[in-house]
Order: sequence, then C-alpha cells, then structure tokens
Amino acid sequence: MNTLEILFYALSAFAIVSAVMVLISKNPIHSVLWLILVFFAISGHYILLNAQFLAIVNIIVYAGAIMVLFLFVIMLMNVKKDQEPKKQHLVKFIGVIAGGSFLTLLIALVKQTSQLQGKTVLLKEGTIGLIHPLGKALFSDYVVPFEISSVLFLSAMVGAVIIGKK
Amino acid sequence: MTLLSFDWAFIIEKLIMIAIIVFASLGIALYTTFGERKVAAILQDRPGPSRAGPFGLLQPLADGLKLISKEEIIPSHANKWLFILGPGLAMTASLMTCAVIPWSTAVDVFGRHVELQVADVNIGLLYVFAVVSMGVYGIMIGGWASNNKFSLMSALRAASQAISYELAMGLALIALLMTTGSLSLKTIVEQQVSGNWWNIVYQPLGFLLFFVAALAECNRTPFDLPEAENELNFGYHQEYSSMKLGFYLFAEYINMIMSSAIMASMYFGGYDLPFFNEASVAPNIAALIGVGTLLIKIVLFIFLFMWIRWTIPRFRYDQLMNLGWKTMIPLALFNLLLTGAVILAKL
Repeated sequence: MNTLEILFYALSAFAIVSAVMVLISKNPIHSVLWLILVFFAISGHYILLNAQFLAIVNIIVYAGAIMVLFLFVIMLMNVKKDQEPKKQHLVKFIGVIAGGSFLTLLIALVKQTSQLQGKTVLLKEGTIGLIHPLGKALFSDYVVPFEISSVLFLSAMVGAVIIGKK
Repeated sequence: MTLLSFDWAFIIEKLIMIAIIVFASLGIALYTTFGERKVAAILQDRPGPSRAGPFGLLQPLADGLKLISKEEIIPSHANKWLFILGPGLAMTASLMTCAVIPWSTAVDVFGRHVELQVADVNIGLLYVFAVVSMGVYGIMIGGWASNNKFSLMSALRAASQAISYELAMGLALIALLMTTGSLSLKTIVEQQVSGNWWNIVYQPLGFLLFFVAALAECNRTPFDLPEAENELNFGYHQEYSSMKLGFYLFAEYINMIMSSAIMASMYFGGYDLPFFNEASVAPNIAALIGVGTLLIKIVLFIFLFMWIRWTIPRFRYDQLMNLGWKTMIPLALFNLLLTGAVILAKL
C-alpha cells in the first residue's frame, strides 16, 4: 500500500462513518454537521482524483452554501429530538425492507457492470478535473447547455433581487 | 520502506512555514487589538491604553492574561460539544486562508529553494472563497449551541449577512479572474510584478465591491450587525467567557489580517515594491524586502478598516440587506459586463 491508497481508504472510512452518523444522530443539527464532514471527505476524494476544481466547488456550493441554508431552516424551526414524532414499528419495518432492497439492487448493479469489474480507482491521473481542461471542455464541446444553464442561474438571481425590491 | 517514501525535507519545510505563519498571524493579531484601541483613541482625541509598559505596549499581553485567567462557563442548557466547537471552528477557518497567500519571492536556505507560500494551488482564489464561506459555521454553531435567543438571532443575522455579501464578493472576483486569466494567487502577483500596473487600475469598481464585501464578511463596522449590543445585548458570543470568547474576538482580527493580505495580493501587487528592481539585489534580500512590502500594505489596510470602524455608524439591518442585494450585486454584474466588453474590444 502506498501513501495514496492509505489516504483513499482513510477518506472512504471517514466518509462512510460520517454518513452513518448523519442517519443515527438524534439531533438534526448534528446530522447537518456530519453531512458537512461527508462533503469534506468527498472533496478529499476529488483531490486524490486530481480534480481540484471539483473539490473546491463541492465545498463552496454544498458545504458552504446549501448546508448553511439547511442549518438556517433547522435553527429557525427549532427542531428538538423530543419533539420528533414516534414512528410506528410497521413503518420502521417497511422502511428497512425498502432501503435494504434498494441497497441490494445497487450492489448487484455495481457488481455486474463489466466496466467496473476488476478495476481499482485511478488515483492522481487525468487532467479533466483541473480548471483549464474543464473550462475548455465546457466552452467548446458543451457550450450550449452550459450557457443555457448559466443564463438560468443568472435569471434566478436577478429574479430574487426583483422580488426583494417589491 | 515504500509506505513512507515521500520527501521528508519537503514536509518539514512546509511544517516550519505553517508554524511561522500561524504564530506570526497570532502575534500580529494580538497587536492589532492594541492598534485598534490606539487608533480609536487618536480618532476620539484621548490617550488610549498607556499604563502597561512603555506607550502601553504590554497591554495586549495583559488583556490575554486576563482572558485566560477568567472562569470558563458553559451554560447548563447549552449543547456542550458544539459550544466548544464553535470558537475552534471560527479560529480554524480564519487561519486557513493563509495557506495560499504568497508572502514573497523564493529564498535560498542552505542551498534549498524555498517558496514563501504554503501551497501554490491552481485554484487559490476559489480556495479563499471556500474558506470564507466556511467562516460562518463557527458563528452559527456557537450562537445556536449557547441556547440563548439573542445569540441565535445574532448567529442567523451573521449567516444571512455573510451569504448575501458572498455573492457580490464572488462576482467581483470573477471580473478580476477575467483580466488575470489565472486562479493562482502566485501567478496573479507575478503578473503584477512583471506587468506595468497593479490590478487596481484595471478593476477599480471590482476592488471597491470586494472591499465592502470584505468589511461585511469580517463583521466590521458599518456591518457589525451580529454584534449590535443595543439590540442583541452582545451578540453570538454572549454566553462565552474566558479564552473561548477570546477565540471569537481573535478570529475577527485574524480575518481582518487575512482579508487585507488577500486584497493586497489581488489588487495592490502583493509583495511588489513599486519602482524597485528586485533583480538588482541578492534573492534572499529581495525576498525580505517583498515580505516587508506586503506587511506594510497589510498594516495600511488594517488601518483603513479601523478608520472606517471609528468613523461610520452601524447600518440598520434592512439597509444592510438593501445595500447587499440591490446595490452591490447589480454593480458587480455591471462590472462583469464592462470587463467583458473591454476584453472583447482589446481582442
């Protein structure tokens, strides 16, 4: 095992443990904070894949903006663990079966995909995640969808300002 | 052993640099508190702290000693872990920015070529932006964990203010990025060293927007709404005492130093001393001059921050939001358009 592999397994373990903690935390604020740690672990994976731009955008957008809004809503609603309604055993049972089947399906799918068989992740290779190749690809091969989606975002932002002005 | 086959000298070099930068920032922050009180005193025509040591120079040490020796209080209904995590996060986020600041040109230490920058990543500007957006967590978590209505209100205010001004800050950064064509802070500074003009000449409006947004992100007057004591008693750190309070107050000063360093690097040439040819002296001396130049620029920016604080009164909350959403963002978009038009015309 070289340093990269050790980092890879450490980050994976970190991501999985944090994700499990999101689910089992009783306090919704704690769940949000664990979810932020999951995003950091995923950003670490992006850096291992030599995709620094994706890593930092993942932190800015998800950990920096969306999770702040999550925290905001939970703090304003002041959700506490003792106020959480008790779920019936039947509902829990159905949930376990549905989630379990979905997990089995996903594992079966990944195991059967021939492109993934016998492969390990390519670490520190490829340049598509760096900003120059990514920018070239976005502005040449994918220029129309990219421009349409950026106009959409810009109009959403201008719309927010207009609504605020009323 | 293949497991640990990386360059140990490199690791040690970076660790030493991180230690120097962190402790230097803490030291400068300590004396920035002193500077703030002296500047306030001068602007208000009074002597300021003058008893501890010559000219009151030992005052920050006395303040620090006082903070450490105070009793640590954790409110009984507070969320204990998050209450402790809050100030730590605030401090970490404000110190993390210094990783990408280029302090000077490279130096030779015993024949080893040492860059005076912890990490020259090719996404430097975005890294700064990400760290800025992390900074709000320390305030939010601390304010919420205190289990106090005023703290929570203040934390929510701080968060919404930070989110609103991040947008204008990001748009100002994009305009700068369009002229420089690089996200690496080192490259941006090098362009200004070798080029004729600093970026402030190309991006005056962008700098103004960035500066106002930086004031808001650092929670400095006139944007210190989260600490509006006449409305919120004290703010998000109301329940804090001892060194945890000290961390919050300290983080604000470190934020100020870091944003000054970023503004100096992006718009004012970083370590570039104007009308001086760095190649005419030995590389180590040129690097020293560079560090000194950057520090002087930082001090000037900090003075500007303080000057504004002790001159302008605080905004009302609706004024703050109006300025952010209805003035800064349209201006930033206009700046973006203007920059794009100029670049197109030059092609």
